[in-house]
Amino acid sequence: MGEEVEESIDGLRQSFRTGRTRSVAWRKSQLGSIVRLVSENEEKIFSALYQDLGKHPVECYRDELGVVLKSAAYALRNLDKWVAPKKGNLPLLFFPARGQVIPEPLGVVLVISSWNFPISLALDPVIGAISAGNAVVLKPSELAPACSAFLAEHVPLYLDTKAVKVVEGGVDMGERLLRQRWDKIFFTGGPKGGQIVMSAAARYLTPVTLELGGKCPTILDTLSDAYDVKIMVKRIAGGKWGPCCGQACIGVDYILVERKFSATLIELLRRTIKKFYGENPQSSKSICRIVNRDHFERLKSMLKDPAVADSIKFGGSMDEEILFIEPTILLDPPLDSELMMSEIFGPLLPIITVDNIQESIEFINSRPKPLAIYAFTKNEAFKQRIIKETSSGSITFNDVMVQFVCDELPFGGVGQSGFGRYHGKYSFDTFSHEKAVMRRGFFPELEPRYPPWNDFKLRFIRLAYRFNYLGLLLLMLLSRR
Amino acid sequence: MGSDATAIFDAEAAQTMMKELRAVYGSGATKSYDWRVSQLSQLLKLIEYHEDDIAAALRSDLSKPDIESYVYEIGVLKSSIKLALKELRKWMSPEKVKTSLISFPSSAKIVPEPLGIVLIISAWNYPFLLSLDPLVGAIAAGNAAVLKPSEISPVSSALIAKLVREYMDSSTIRVVEGAVAETSVLLEQKWDKICYTGNAVVGRIVMAAAAKHLTPVLLELGGKCPAVVDLNINLQVACRRIIMGKWGSNNGQTCVSPDYIITTKANAPKLIDALKTELEKFYGKNMLESNDLSRIVNSNHFARLIKLLDEDKVSGKVVYGGKRDESILKIMPTILLDVPRNSLIMKEEIFGPLLPILTVDRLEDSFNIINSGTKPLAAYLFTNDKRFREHFVTEVSAGGLVVNDTTIHLGVLTLPFGGVGDSGMGSYHGKFSFDAFSHKKAVLYRGFVADADIRYPPYTRKKLRLLQALLGGSFLTIILALFGRN
Repeated sequence: MGEEVEESIDGLRQSFRTGRTRSVAWRKSQLGSIVRLVSENEEKIFSALYQDLGKHPVECYRDELGVVLKSAAYALRNLDKWVAPKKGNLPLLFFPARGQVIPEPLGVVLVISSWNFPISLALDPVIGAISAGNAVVLKPSELAPACSAFLAEHVPLYLDTKAVKVVEGGVDMGERLLRQRWDKIFFTGGPKGGQIVMSAAARYLTPVTLELGGKCPTILDTLSDAYDVKIMVKRIAGGKWGPCCGQACIGVDYILVERKFSATLIELLRRTIKKFYGENPQSSKSICRIVNRDHFERLKSMLKDPAVADSIKFGGSMDEEILFIEPTILLDPPLDSELMMSEIFGPLLPIITVDNIQESIEFINSRPKPLAIYAFTKNEAFKQRIIKETSSGSITFNDVMVQFVCDELPFGGVGQSGFGRYHGKYSFDTFSHEKAVMRRGFFPELEPRYPPWNDFKLRFIRLAYRFNYLGLLLLMLLSRR
Repeated sequence: MGSDATAIFDAEAAQTMMKELRAVYGSGATKSYDWRVSQLSQLLKLIEYHEDDIAAALRSDLSKPDIESYVYEIGVLKSSIKLALKELRKWMSPEKVKTSLISFPSSAKIVPEPLGIVLIISAWNYPFLLSLDPLVGAIAAGNAAVLKPSEISPVSSALIAKLVREYMDSSTIRVVEGAVAETSVLLEQKWDKICYTGNAVVGRIVMAAAAKHLTPVLLELGGKCPAVVDLNINLQVACRRIIMGKWGSNNGQTCVSPDYIITTKANAPKLIDALKTELEKFYGKNMLESNDLSRIVNSNHFARLIKLLDEDKVSGKVVYGGKRDESILKIMPTILLDVPRNSLIMKEEIFGPLLPILTVDRLEDSFNIINSGTKPLAAYLFTNDKRFREHFVTEVSAGGLVVNDTTIHLGVLTLPFGGVGDSGMGSYHGKFSFDAFSHKKAVLYRGFVADADIRYPPYTRKKLRLLQALLGGSFLTIILALFGRN
């Protein structure tokens, strides 16, 4: 590889300096190219995702291609609005003057994406970077090699190679890239990776957005309507095992429910799992695989803990050959187990019981802030309590995962789940610098601004700070300076 | 409690303090509107009742003229607090958000919430403003906070500690005084946000420390803020405004002071004459004795500036000033002409009363000079040429730009104040302060209306086609329409 990487980045910087990426026409054409890249290569993408994760085309479309198409379309629709300067209202004191906030690109940005949604989590930030007028280097995850190769091969065929590059590689390449100077780094991954990225960024004072994860809890309040309960269970099951077999940063990690409901819940989940995946989930084409051996071992060892194994109520079987772990439900595993201390990122679903569902708030608050909190409840007061008393990237009531596709909502974490946000206009903003611009004329001049200082000028300034225009007028009239 | 000047602030003291703050914050004490309003009101009282003490402290630490103390510290602070008090309810209220067809039926809002416990480390040049203004944002957003004022302005630091202890809720707002050791101990703790105002060297250290805990940071750094001066302008007014931004702002020791000037070769002599004239009008003939100019903060910085001034290739370029008096830490306003680009004075942020003027053949050449350096916190342009002005605004990247004036954008609370690149990250002032110390939480409400089964397994090709039709169809029409229009 040699100096290729450094030269590449230099080349991007030169390109950026020419102003190539700043024109709105360029940005729109690139966004259009992303749309074509995805729509013209659906089968190839399906195939790569199947190879890397065993994803079914419905999941591929719903969670990856559809997301990219939606984001690109949204950006195209709104770009003209986003690039327009925003007016800043100025106090009369500064009249005549004009204040504006003008968004400008940061320069050359680095997007590091993760393996679980290797297409959408790579291209979605790239859409933001391009809309904001930056040059981009994309480093897809090496743990999803087929998708990484797809991007490396096809991005140069569709996008402007002078301004958008894909660099493949593993930890070494990641370190190499992080040693360079960037104008922004956008990272999706785990907290350890986040620390490494931010520490590297500190050397150059590079701003970062970290999209991390966390244990996303799902609170289940008592619902009186059986129909609602059915919907709830379907949504939870769909949100747990549907996206990448539980390997999702906003996936349902664990459930909190009142003890009296747990048996019913488990039974309903069991039935739903059967409906989704049949009698033999191992042969179902509708559920993903664990991404690789390391993660498989990680999940396996969570279940090895005897106290944890004892709490398994359903599932638990695995097949190392095909990296399959079946949907598994556990009831009240020990809270200090690995399963309950770290983000599961897999198809194991612990159910934690409480006496009163209100206790779930303390339970959540005694743990690091997650990327999302889910709560199924019709109790408006409880909803308010959750909003006011917990902290998380986001909260979704009576559904799961769906906040991900709302372009009007900022998507990002807080605390251990990260900082910064994107989606919709937030993607544009996260890759922009909002430059404050103030324009004045040479007239009028306010003499009290200038030394030598005296009491009159001090009085003037005091009044000016209170925007007390009447007082100022009186002072001027009375003083006849 | 608060800050006991005699006790050592070590790791243990820091951990105890963090535990105490977390316990109180966890009880929800800082979240209520009433608490925030009461603290902001107390802060306003603190300033209003102690204006004279504040001015005296600034005189002691910096020989700052009273009017500068009033304009830049007290006045701006009071405006900031009053704005927060006036707007707080609005800032705190959730923002309703439109939701799209994809999540129908649903409703959504964005709810601001405090981050938790924030650390505010401030610089010595505006010790009250740079510690208490971020505090206004932190309190408005409902956080607990620890201030670490600069030890290089010790009288101000002690006064801040005393007044905060006296007026503010010490179970949630503390001051830790000290130097490197205490700052290091503070940086080892886990904060929910760190706001640092100072230089890039320490900025890197702060960010690296924050990285260990994944703590977001607001870094207000500096840079070499250029002022480009065109022909055919009201030169007198331009010079007065440049002088105020430079020597009228803590004698050049300000992150947004015009650091150096770029003008055309033809224009330089007139500019220098105008600067000299206005300087003498403002400060008299004996500038080292003027009480209207701050002194250099300490002997370290004095020596640093002398080194810049006396460098071989630079000392001969002085066209005005140059006189200095080490005993009173004063250097008179000094103008230099065409110092070499590779001189020390052109490599680092001057932060003092030395003003180099670089000349170019065409003013457009100034863009290259500016863009070849790191992005500054501010850039200034004096011109009546509309086209050149717009070109400048587009081409020059800086935290903020002002046309035909200097530094006043700091007083405009509707504009975000912050840097880009080496001049920092994040911004504050006005509502941006509230935002800087908040987490904007997305809240989505859904109902139990039946779902399309295509969302759920078992997945089939039929579901795929339906999904594509639902989602893909609408995109295609949009794309076709857009490209058709273009």
